[in-house]
Amino acid sequence: MLDRRHVPLSRLEAGQSGKVVEIQGGQGMINRLSALGIRPGKRVTKVSSMFMRGPVTIQVGNAQVAIGFGMAKRILVELG
Amino acid sequence: MNILLMGNPNVGKSVIFSRLTGVKVIASNYPGTTVNYTHGFMKLGDEIVEITDVPGTYTLEPTSEAEEVAAQMLDTGDTVINVVDATNLERNLYLTLQLLERKTPVVVALNMWDDTEHRGIHIDLEKLRELLGVPVIPTVAVTAQGIKELVDNIPRAASPDTPVRSSDERWAAVGSITEQVQQITHRHHTWRERLGDASVQPLTGGIMALVVLAGAFTIIRLIGESLINYALNPLFENLWAPVILRLSDLLDGTDFLHDVLIGRIVGGEVDFVESLGLLTTGLYVPFAMVLPYIVSFYLVLGLLEDVGYLPRLAVLMDTIMHRLGLHGYAIIPSMLGLGCNVPAILATRILESKRERFIAATLISIAIPCAASQAMIIGLVGQHGGQYVAIVYGTLFIVWVILGIIINRLTKGLSPELLIEIPPYRWPPWQTVLQKLWMRTYGFLREAIPIILGAVLLINILYVLGVFDAIANFTAPVVSGLWGLPKEAVTAIVIGFLRKDVALGMLAPLSLSANQLVVGSVVLAMFFPCIATFVVLLKELGITSMLKAAGIMIITTLLVGGALNLIMQQVG
Repeated sequence: MLDRRHVPLSRLEAGQSGKVVEIQGGQGMINRLSALGIRPGKRVTKVSSMFMRGPVTIQVGNAQVAIGFGMAKRILVELG
Repeated sequence: MNILLMGNPNVGKSVIFSRLTGVKVIASNYPGTTVNYTHGFMKLGDEIVEITDVPGTYTLEPTSEAEEVAAQMLDTGDTVINVVDATNLERNLYLTLQLLERKTPVVVALNMWDDTEHRGIHIDLEKLRELLGVPVIPTVAVTAQGIKELVDNIPRAASPDTPVRSSDERWAAVGSITEQVQQITHRHHTWRERLGDASVQPLTGGIMALVVLAGAFTIIRLIGESLINYALNPLFENLWAPVILRLSDLLDGTDFLHDVLIGRIVGGEVDFVESLGLLTTGLYVPFAMVLPYIVSFYLVLGLLEDVGYLPRLAVLMDTIMHRLGLHGYAIIPSMLGLGCNVPAILATRILESKRERFIAATLISIAIPCAASQAMIIGLVGQHGGQYVAIVYGTLFIVWVILGIIINRLTKGLSPELLIEIPPYRWPPWQTVLQKLWMRTYGFLREAIPIILGAVLLINILYVLGVFDAIANFTAPVVSGLWGLPKEAVTAIVIGFLRKDVALGMLAPLSLSANQLVVGSVVLAMFFPCIATFVVLLKELGITSMLKAAGIMIITTLLVGGALNLIMQQVG
C-alpha cells in the first residue's frame, strides 16, 4: 500500500504534523516506540531534525521524543 | 512490608523517595538518572516499612538494563506507589494498567500536578479514581505538596480485578480512560518551550551548546579559582602553616615521624604540594586543590541536569557519537565522568547494548579525566601557561574520538538508534540543586580523604624501604626512554592506581619542564584508572571485558605518551 501522502518522519518539515500510519520495523522497535506513545493512529508534530542524518525530534501528546535518523525514516506518517 | 516506587523515567520518583524516607538520592531532570534501586525506610502507622526507589521504566517489557532491574523488582514488592506524570497521562497510564494486571496493590501519585494547569490540562480526579479503581493522589514532589496524603493512602492501595490484555488492547483501554478524564484546552507556546525547541534545531541548538558549554567551563573555573585564591589558600598559608612549623620544631629529631606527618621543610617554609606529609600534602591536595573544583563542577553540572539541558546535548551530539559506536545519550555518562569516573561508568546502564556500554566505559576510564585529576592538572600545568593545559585537554579529547572510532571498527555489532524523551526545561528547585551538591561533595570527602591519606603514608613507607628506586630502574626504558620523563616519575604512576590527584601532585617535586609536565599529566590521566574506577569497571563489564579495556588502556597510553613526547620535543 503506497500512498503519496505517506511520508517518513525524517522527511517531514519542522512544524508539519501528521498521523502515524505504519512503523516498518521489528517487534522490538515497535515496542520501544509504542512505550513512548508513538504508535499507529497517534498525531505527531515534527519539532526539528539535525544536520547529517541526525536525530529527529517530534512532539507527541505533551512530550517531546528524539528519534535516531535510521528509526525516523521507518516511521511513516500521513500528512494533514 | 516493601513498597516500590515505580513509574516512567523522569516523573519524579527519586524526589518522592527522598520526601518519604529522608534518604537523600540524586535526582535530575532527565530520564535515566536512577540506574539502580535504592532502599529506605519510613514509618507507616506503627510499622516501619521499606521503600525502594526503582529505576524508571515505560513498560514491564524492558528495553535496557536499568528497565530490566525495574521489571525484576516488581516481584519483591507488596505495594506499588505508581508515580505518574500528570502532564503525560496517556503514556504513563500504560504502565499503570500493566501493574494492575500483575495484581500488586497500587496507589497512584499524580505528580507534577502544578504543571497541568498552565499546560491547559484538566484532569477529572474522581473519574480517574473510579476508572482505575485505586487511590489517585495529586502531588508536587519538589514542594512536598500531597506527600502526606499519599502516605495516608498507602494502606488503601487496591488491586482491582483487571483483565490481562495484549499491548493493543491495553493502549485502547488507556485511550478510553484518558478521553474520559482529561480535557486539553488550547494555549500558546511559552518562552520556555520556544527555548526548548530552539535548542534542538541545528543552527540555534549548536550556538546554544557552544554558549552553554563555554559558560559552564568559565563558571567552573571562576568559582574554583576564587575558592582557592580567596578562601582555601589563605587558610592554609596563614593559619595552618604556622601550626605546621611549630609542630615541625617539636618533632625535630624524630626523623620518620616528622617525614610522615610533615615531610620536608625547605628554608623554613612549608611547601604544601611537595612536602608529602600527612598533615601537609595529605590535607592540602584534597581540601585546597581538589575540593574547590569538586564544588564548582558539581554545582554547574547539577544546574545543567536539573534545567534539563543534557538530553538536548545528546540530540546535538548524536551524529558524532555514532562514529564512536555510541549514540547521543552516551554524552550523559561521559559528562558525569568529568566529575568522577565511578558514577559515570554506572550511568552507562542507560545505554541499550553491552557493546555500547563497553565502548562508553572504556573511553570514560581512559580519556575522561575526573574533577580531581583536572583540578591538579589546572593547578600544576596551569602555572606554565594556559596553552599547556589546552594541550592536555586537546590530547585527551583527540584520544577519546580516535580510540572510539577504532574500537567501533574493531568490535562487532551496530550502535543502536537514539530514542529518548526530551524533558521540558524546568527552573531547578534550589534545594535539590544544593542538596545534590552537598551529597556529591560529601561523597568525595568521605571516599577520597582516607585513600589520599593512605596514599601519602604509603609513599613515605615505600621511600624509606627503597622500593621506588628498584621500580624506577626497572621501568626507566618506558618512563624515560619512551615518555621522556625522569625515571622517578614512575612513583607517580604507581600511586596513580590509588588516587590520581595525589599522583599528579607527585610530579611537582620532580622539577619537570612544561613539556614533560604535559606528557606526565596525559599519561597519568590515561593510565590505570584509580582503584575505585577499576572495581566498578570489573563489576559492570565483567572480568573479560575489563581485561580487554585494560589492555586497550596500556597500549594507548604507551603510544600516546610516546607520540606526545616526540611532538612536544619537535615543537620545542
